Amino acid sequence: MTKLTTEEDVVSQLSDGMTIGIGGWGSRRKPMSIVRAIARSSLRDLTVVSFAGPDLGLLCAAGKVARALYPFASLDSIALEPHFRAARQSGSVEDVPWDEGMFLLGLQAAAWRVPFLPTRVGLGSDLMVHNPMLATVASPFGDGLELVAVPALRLDAAICHLNRSDERGNATFLGPDLYFDDLFLRAAETRRFISVEKVVPTPALAEEAGTELRLRIARMMVDGVVERPGAALFTSCVPDYERDEGLQKEYAASAGSADAWAAFRRDWIDVTEDEFQTKVRAR
Amino acid sequence: MRDAGREATRAEVCVTALAECFRGDGEIVANPIGTIPMIAGRLARASFEPDLMVTDGEAALVAGDEAFAWPRGKVLEYYNPYRSMFDVVWSGRRHVIMGATQIDPYGNQNFAAIGSDYRTPKTQLIGFRGAPGNTVNHATSYWVAAHSPRVFVETVDVVTGVGWNRAAAAGPAATEFFDLRRVVTNLAVLDFGGPEHRLRLVSVHPGVTVDDVVSATGFELAMGADVTESRLPTPEELQLIRDVIDPDGLRRSEIAD
Repeated sequence: MTKLTTEEDVVSQLSDGMTIGIGGWGSRRKPMSIVRAIARSSLRDLTVVSFAGPDLGLLCAAGKVARALYPFASLDSIALEPHFRAARQSGSVEDVPWDEGMFLLGLQAAAWRVPFLPTRVGLGSDLMVHNPMLATVASPFGDGLELVAVPALRLDAAICHLNRSDERGNATFLGPDLYFDDLFLRAAETRRFISVEKVVPTPALAEEAGTELRLRIARMMVDGVVERPGAALFTSCVPDYERDEGLQKEYAASAGSADAWAAFRRDWIDVTEDEFQTKVRAR
Repeated sequence: MRDAGREATRAEVCVTALAECFRGDGEIVANPIGTIPMIAGRLARASFEPDLMVTDGEAALVAGDEAFAWPRGKVLEYYNPYRSMFDVVWSGRRHVIMGATQIDPYGNQNFAAIGSDYRTPKTQLIGFRGAPGNTVNHATSYWVAAHSPRVFVETVDVVTGVGWNRAAAAGPAATEFFDLRRVVTNLAVLDFGGPEHRLRLVSVHPGVTVDDVVSATGFELAMGADVTESRLPTPEELQLIRDVIDPDGLRRSEIAD
C-alpha cells in the first residue's frame, strides 16, 4: 500500500535512453534530489522533457542528456541557464525546441492517449524547421485551415516535487501554481515519481491545503513517493522555502570552467542527499 | 519626491509610448514583459484604458496600480496559473509586449539562439518561450531597450515570434488572428505600415533625430509621411509613474536618466 521509496530506488527503475519528464517551472519546485541522484548514476543518453531550469542544466553538465525537449531554459533570477548554454554551444545536446503552450498540448495528448492535438501554435515560426517531431494537419471540416499537429509527449518516466503527500501518493501543492505537474504524471504510464517536503496522514492533506481545490495529484497517478525535506533546493518550494539564491549563483558560476564544475560537483552532487541537506542548512 | 517638477526622463517617455500600445484594447489581459513595459501596462490601465486586466507576474490577475510591490496588499481579480494563461492566449484576449534579441523588417523576432547553425549556436538564449503561440493568436508588440543594428537585422537567425511575411506564407490559420502592431525602443516608436508591412518609423523620442534611428537600424527603414516627436507624459501620468506605479524607480535600471 505504501509507495514510500528513496532517490536511489527511483534511479534504479530508470534506464539508458529513456524519455524523462521533469515537473516544476524554471528554477521553481524542481525535484532536485532525484536529479542529483541521476547525476551520480551511470545513466546516459536521456531525453529530458522540461519547462527547464537547473534540472536540465545540471544533467547536461553531468553528461546525462542526449536530447532536450524544452520551451525555455532559465534560472528565473538568472535569465539564462549557463550549463545548458554551454552544452548547446558545444553541440553536445540535441535540441528539440517547443513553445510553452505547445508543450502543454503534447503532454495533454499523451495524458489523453491521442496521437496529437491540433493548434495554430508554431505556424510561421522556425519550430517547424527545428523540431522534427511536428507535422501539419488539414482541418477535416471544410474551413481550409492547415494546423500544427502536436504529437503526444509520451514519457517513460515522470518526476515531480510537491509540498505534501500521503504515503500512497495523493499529493498537494501549497504554492501559487501547480504548473503542469499533473500532466507530466499523466503523460507517463508507469515510473511516475514524486518527492515531497513532508508525508502526512491523508486527512492532513486537505487541512494543510486549506481547500480541496489544491488536491490535484491522485495516488493513481503516482508509483513512488520520496519524502525529502529540502528536495527542491536550490530551487524554490514556496511556502516551505524560497530559492537559495546563493547556491544557485555558485551553480551558475561553476559553468565558467571545468575546474569550477568539478568543485561544485564534488561539494554539492557527489555527496549523499543527507550530506547535501546538512550542508545546505549550515550555509 | 525627488522627481517632482522634473521634466520627463527617457525612461518615462518610453513608458508612455508603450502604454499607448494598449490604447483601445478594452477588456483583455495586457501582458507587457520586462520592467518598463510592466510600468506601461499599469499606466495605461490607471489612465486611458481602465478595463485592461494585468498580471502580478505570478499566478494572478490583480487590481491596483502598483507594478512591483503591494504595500497595501494584493487585490486579486482572477486566479491565473500558467495553465489558465494559455486559455487566455488562445482565446485572443491578450496583448503581449515581448523583448527581442533580433528583429527583422517584417517583425520576425528571435530570442532563442544566435548563430548560423541552430545545432551549435554561437550563443544559446532562452528558447522559443511562448512567442510562436502568442504571435499567431493575439496582439503582439515589442520593446527593445537598446536600439542597434545588432538587434534590427535584415534576417534573424531563428524565427521565434512570427512576422508579417512569415505569417502570410503559413496560410490562413496563421493570419486569421495575427495582429503584430508596434515596436517601441529607447529611441523611437515604429509600426509595420511600410510597404508589404515593413517596419516604419512613426515618431522619435525627444532628443533623438531621424538619422539617429536610421543609423541604429540594420536595414532600410520605411518613413512615415510625418515622423513626429513621441509625446511626453502628462503631469498626471508622470505623477502616476513616479508616485504610484514605480515609486522605487526600477525604470531607471533599464533606461538610465
